[in-house]
Amino acid sequence: MCDQTFVAITFGPCDNCAKTKPLMNIYLNNEVINYCSLCVELMACQGLEKGETVAKLKKETEALKVKLEVERNKLHDTELHKLAEKVEAVGQLNIRARRVLKGHANKVLCMDWCTDKRRLVSSSQDGKLIVWDAFTTNKEHAVSMPSTWVMACAYSPSGCAVAAGGLDNKCSVYPLSLDKNENLAAKRKPVAMHTNYVSHCTFTNSDLQVLTSSGDGTCALWDVESAQLLQSFHSHTADVLSLDMGPSETSNTFVSGGCDKKAKLWDMRSGQNVQSFETHESDVNCVKFYPNGDAFATASDDATCRFFDLRADREVAVFSKDSVMFGASSVDFSLSGRLLFAGYNDYTINIWDVLKAERVSILFGHDNRVSTVRVSPDGSAFCSASWDNTLRVWA
Amino acid sequence: MARDMAEKDILKMEVDQLKKEVSTPRSAVSAAAKETIEFVEAQSPEDPLIKGVPEATNPFKEKGGCIIS
Repeated sequence: MCDQTFVAITFGPCDNCAKTKPLMNIYLNNEVINYCSLCVELMACQGLEKGETVAKLKKETEALKVKLEVERNKLHDTELHKLAEKVEAVGQLNIRARRVLKGHANKVLCMDWCTDKRRLVSSSQDGKLIVWDAFTTNKEHAVSMPSTWVMACAYSPSGCAVAAGGLDNKCSVYPLSLDKNENLAAKRKPVAMHTNYVSHCTFTNSDLQVLTSSGDGTCALWDVESAQLLQSFHSHTADVLSLDMGPSETSNTFVSGGCDKKAKLWDMRSGQNVQSFETHESDVNCVKFYPNGDAFATASDDATCRFFDLRADREVAVFSKDSVMFGASSVDFSLSGRLLFAGYNDYTINIWDVLKAERVSILFGHDNRVSTVRVSPDGSAFCSASWDNTLRVWA
Repeated sequence: MARDMAEKDILKMEVDQLKKEVSTPRSAVSAAAKETIEFVEAQSPEDPLIKGVPEATNPFKEKGGCIIS
C-alpha cells in the first residue's frame, strides 16, 4: 500500500503516424521515441524481418564464395612446385646467429631495419624503443613510450625518424636527433588515432605519410605533418594484425592480414579492397609482399605460411609440415625471393624454399616465441625479435 | 570499426565485397608461376643469404681481436 506505482499515460501525436493517441514511452538507441501502440507493434514486426535478412545475407555470402572459388579454379592449371621441379635445390646454407642484441627488459614485439642496412629499431613490452647499430651492437637511442606493449615500430625511409604505436591506440613519430643528450620522448608527435590497439605501422615511400593497422578492424593512411587522416580502409571483419606496402617506389597498394583469417589487397588512392584471400584456418599474423610485387606470403596461427599470387588471384603454395605445430608469427623473403624466413611460437625460425614449398633449414637460438623476422634492405642478413627480450642478427 | 558494427552490416559489407571480387581479372597459375620462377632464377645468384658472403667482407662476422678503422 505504501509503494504503489502509477503509470502516467502521455497522450499526444504519435511520432510515426501523427494520430493523437495514448503513446508508449520507449527508448531506442538511447533516444526517446513516442509511438502509439500500433506503430510499436509494426516496428517490432520489422525487427523480425531483420532476423530473416541476416540469414539471407549469410546464404548469399556462401553462394558468392562458392562462385568465386569456381572462377578461380578455372585458371588453376598447375602448381608452383610442379613447375619448379627442374629448378636446382638451394643447397647448404651457412646462416648462423652473428649478433645478439640485449637491452630490453621485456618481450621484444617488433623491429624494423633502417635503409642504411646497419641500424635497426626495436620496440618492447617494457614500453621502450631502442635504436641499435647491428654491426657493433651499440645502442644509439632509447626512448620511453607513454604506454607498454609497443606492438609496432618502423624506421622512416630517410633514417631520420621512427614511428611506434600499440596499446595506447596511437601511432607516434619520433624524430631522431644526433645529439645523444636530447630527450627524444619530449619530441613525440602523435600522428594516428584509432579506437583500438595499433598492431602495425609503416612509413609509405616517404617520411610524410604513415600507414597503420589496428585492432579496430581498419587500416588508415595519415599525414605526419598535420596528423590528418587521409584515407581509411574498411573491409576486415575483425582485428587487422599486419600490413605491408608494395615494394616498388611508385607502389600504391598494400596487403593486410587479420583475425578474420583473410588477407586483403588494397588500392591506397581509392581506399578499395581489390582482392581478398581466405584460405587460412586461423588468424593471419603477418603479411609480406614478394620482392617483385606480384605475390605475397602470410604467417598464421594455423601453423602454416602460405604464398598467394596476385595475378592468378589464388593461393599457390602452402608451407607446412606435420612437425610444425605452433603458430607462425612473422615472415620475410630473402632478396631474390627464393627463401622465406618464418618465425614461430615454438621459438624456432624455419627457412622455406618458396619455389619447391620445402623446408630448407631450421634455426634455433631464441628462448621464447619469435615475434618478428625482417630481412635487411640489401638482403645480407636478417634479424629476429623474440619474447626472450633479445634480438638476433643472422647472416 | 568492425567491432562496433552490427552483424547485419558486417555481412552486407562482405556480400558487396564478394560481388566485386567475382569479376576480378585473373591469369592462369602456369603463367604467373612461370614469371615467379624466372624472377627468382634471375636474382638468386646475387642473393647474399644463399650464396654466402666471404668472412673477410661480411660486416656481421663474429667480432674478435682488434678492429683497425
